[in-house]
Amino acid sequence: MESPGQFSTGNQPPEPASSKVPLHAAAGIPAKKAAPVATPKVEIRGLSFFYGKYKALHDIDMDIHDRQITAFIGPSGCGKSTLLRTLNRIYELYPGQRAAGKIMIGGRNLLERADDVNLLRAKVGMVFQKPTPFPMSVQDNISFGVQLYERLSRPDLEVRVQWALEKAALWNEVKDKLRQDGTALSGGQQQRLCIARAVAVKPDILLLDEPASALDPLSTQKIEQLITELKKDYTIAIVTHNMQQAARVSDYTAFMYLGRLVEFGDTKKLFTKPAQQQTEEYITGRFG
Amino acid sequence: MNLYLRRRVVNRVGLTLSILATLFGLFWLVWLLWTLFGNGLRWIRPSLFFESTPPPGANGGLANAIVGSVILTIAGVGIGAPAGILAGTYLAEFGRASRLGAIVRFVNDILLSAPSIIIGVFIYGLIVLRVGHFSGWAGAVALALIVLPVVVRTTENMMRLVPDSLREAAAALGAPSWKVTIVIVYRSARPGILTGVLLGMARISGETAPLLFTALNNQFWSTDMSRPFPNLPAVIFQFAMSPYEDWQHLAWAGALLITVTILVINIAARMLLKKRGKA
Amino acid sequence: MSSAGAATQARENEPPESFGPSSAGARSLSPGDRFFRRLTQGFAILVLLSVVGILVTLLSGSWPALKTFGLGFLASKEWNPVTGQFGALAPLYGTVITSVIALLVGVPVSFGIALVITELAPRWLKRPIGVAVELLAAIPSIIYGMWGLFVFAPVFAAHLQPWLTEHVGSWPILGLLFEGPPMGIGMLTAGLILAIMIIPFMAAVMRDVFETVPASLRESAYALGCTTWEVVWRVILPYTRVGVIGGIMLGLGRALGETMAVTFVIGNAHDIHLSLFMAGNTISSTLANEFTEAVTPLYTSSLLALGLVLFVLTLIVLVAARLLLMKMRAREGERT
Repeated sequence: MESPGQFSTGNQPPEPASSKVPLHAAAGIPAKKAAPVATPKVEIRGLSFFYGKYKALHDIDMDIHDRQITAFIGPSGCGKSTLLRTLNRIYELYPGQRAAGKIMIGGRNLLERADDVNLLRAKVGMVFQKPTPFPMSVQDNISFGVQLYERLSRPDLEVRVQWALEKAALWNEVKDKLRQDGTALSGGQQQRLCIARAVAVKPDILLLDEPASALDPLSTQKIEQLITELKKDYTIAIVTHNMQQAARVSDYTAFMYLGRLVEFGDTKKLFTKPAQQQTEEYITGRFG
Repeated sequence: MNLYLRRRVVNRVGLTLSILATLFGLFWLVWLLWTLFGNGLRWIRPSLFFESTPPPGANGGLANAIVGSVILTIAGVGIGAPAGILAGTYLAEFGRASRLGAIVRFVNDILLSAPSIIIGVFIYGLIVLRVGHFSGWAGAVALALIVLPVVVRTTENMMRLVPDSLREAAAALGAPSWKVTIVIVYRSARPGILTGVLLGMARISGETAPLLFTALNNQFWSTDMSRPFPNLPAVIFQFAMSPYEDWQHLAWAGALLITVTILVINIAARMLLKKRGKA
Repeated sequence: MSSAGAATQARENEPPESFGPSSAGARSLSPGDRFFRRLTQGFAILVLLSVVGILVTLLSGSWPALKTFGLGFLASKEWNPVTGQFGALAPLYGTVITSVIALLVGVPVSFGIALVITELAPRWLKRPIGVAVELLAAIPSIIYGMWGLFVFAPVFAAHLQPWLTEHVGSWPILGLLFEGPPMGIGMLTAGLILAIMIIPFMAAVMRDVFETVPASLRESAYALGCTTWEVVWRVILPYTRVGVIGGIMLGLGRALGETMAVTFVIGNAHDIHLSLFMAGNTISSTLANEFTEAVTPLYTSSLLALGLVLFVLTLIVLVAARLLLMKMRAREGERT
């Protein structure tokens, strides 16, 4: 990882997954330039999901690999977003939604109630389909999450804000507008602001729920470049309805259909030599 | 052709009547404002703001009543608005699908449409009878009870307009839900909630009925909220119904003051909401 | 209506069974969350308690009068503080009659205004008319009352009342309503002032429900060659009927409870006259005039009993109105 240490003024080494709560202490961080031979970071075993009585996910088994990009594709309603939303338990905001099974990170099942869900969410960042800038300045948008779990001095905070904005390839565009309202940025900028906001908390994992689907092609391209960049430091799971996007950015692809995982594997292989008939039909556009 | 003609005539007549109805409605507004300014403007003079209400035949102003009304209104909003915002928060954030939420929502509608004089009677029984005398505080509580349902409703509506995706985004950063509400949702809904508070304020600044048996009135200067308290609406009621001309003049001046204040607050509230629409 | 609203917010690629964010499952609430939730819940319950408090206060306060007079309280028109005889009939009659007058005048006018705002007015005029109507609603009732007494009543007595007596007064039956000296104040004046007060209110509700009619429905009626009036009468009104009635009921609720405007112009006499020119009384104006003067416990209790009658009356109207509006919203939810 190219260390962002050049901004660090000392007491605050900005490597991701550095200080903070040792939630997944066992998940040792492999050497930076390790070959992308993937060790699983998240192991999903027998995961089912329910909206009230409706079963939306059926016994999903898969691994999300460390510092790789895993894409989830499939037709609308196949459960790909639902799966993503179990990884930070964001579904718990809604009564009647529950997950069963195991999602192991660093040897712990994150679905267990005993874990503090807010600490989990600080370790698993999420970016949504529509940009969600908070109604506050660009700077405050980013400090909001940071200050939830860290007490930083003002200069340190500014360093962190700059670091996160640079990570999100937004710094050059907004460095003169840090005090402007985040909602005043363009759509593409807003989305990168949200990515910066998620990165600023230094999560281990980034969940991206169709992050480019509400954006124009140029912004989409920027976001895709950014995602590829971020892969160096983060484990990324991305939901997309755009198969080309999945093929372009991801290392692994999971194809889902009707709440089941139909096929999961190396992206290149899945798109060129799919093992399942359904997968082939979907990627060749015969349904979905 | 005959049928077609008939249809056209019916259409014409119906639409003409509708336009007349609109003119009829606007006519009252114009007539009322016209006479209000015509009768009131003459009596707006400096003494109005510096002298207290006079006995019949003497010179005086409305200073005590104006200040009293301002204090009562502020106290009413001060009590009613925070309570309303919190109750509205419950409805929007926690009670969306709960039974308690549904009941409170319904009851709030009842409170919203309850005759204001009934609110006055209630506070009379609740406070005045127990304490043994009329007081400014009783008046303030009665007004607060009128502000409360207005604020509850607008707060809930405005907080519901904040998209859930914003709440999710904040929660996804690991923010506890109270922080999501206070820092994110309140901030997004602030202009709307403020509008509700302003509308509530406009409503109580002219309320008379609930003050008749709570704050009563006080013809002297007083800022002691534990005693009967001077207020503009009660003075207008008393002076307008009196046979003394100079009292009636003061009543007109007071009526104009109240109306202009309320219209200004209303327009300010609207502009606040409109500004938000642009952002 | 709450669950319908929340359900539409469910994200598109999810089954619609999710509800709005509630707290996280109670088990994972942090102390801060629990406190905040309890706090807001407490104030929500406060709203509930105030309405319960109103009912309890009115019930317990009116108990002595109800015990003394029984149900006869509602049927007696006697109101004599000296002999201690109290009955609610006169103010009840006045309340109902003035409200009926207000509705008879107010409903067609409000309908016309709503129609003009939604269907007829050019775009640039819609907002000003809407705002003007809403300002009319914001003017406090004491101003209407004072204006009614000093401005409207004299004009009414000098011009409209003689005209009515002359032209309608000689009709059979209906003429009885317009007999008597043209004094300017009385039941009819009170009813008219009430009408002016509830018009903006009802017009606003009607405009809102008219705007819920899907544009496609409106357009297909116009495409058949319907005139504007036919579109309104045959398409919009049937579609929104329940909502319009709900709006009228809300207006009625206001008219029943309105105090200050009526107190100024109704004449305040405990009488029941057939003629609308005569002075009368309503429950709220009786309360406003006599509450602080009531000297005996029975007198006060009788006034509270009047208050109870009024509260129950508005409660019934309001609940009916809400149920209708809710029904309409539910139906609207089904169609979307």
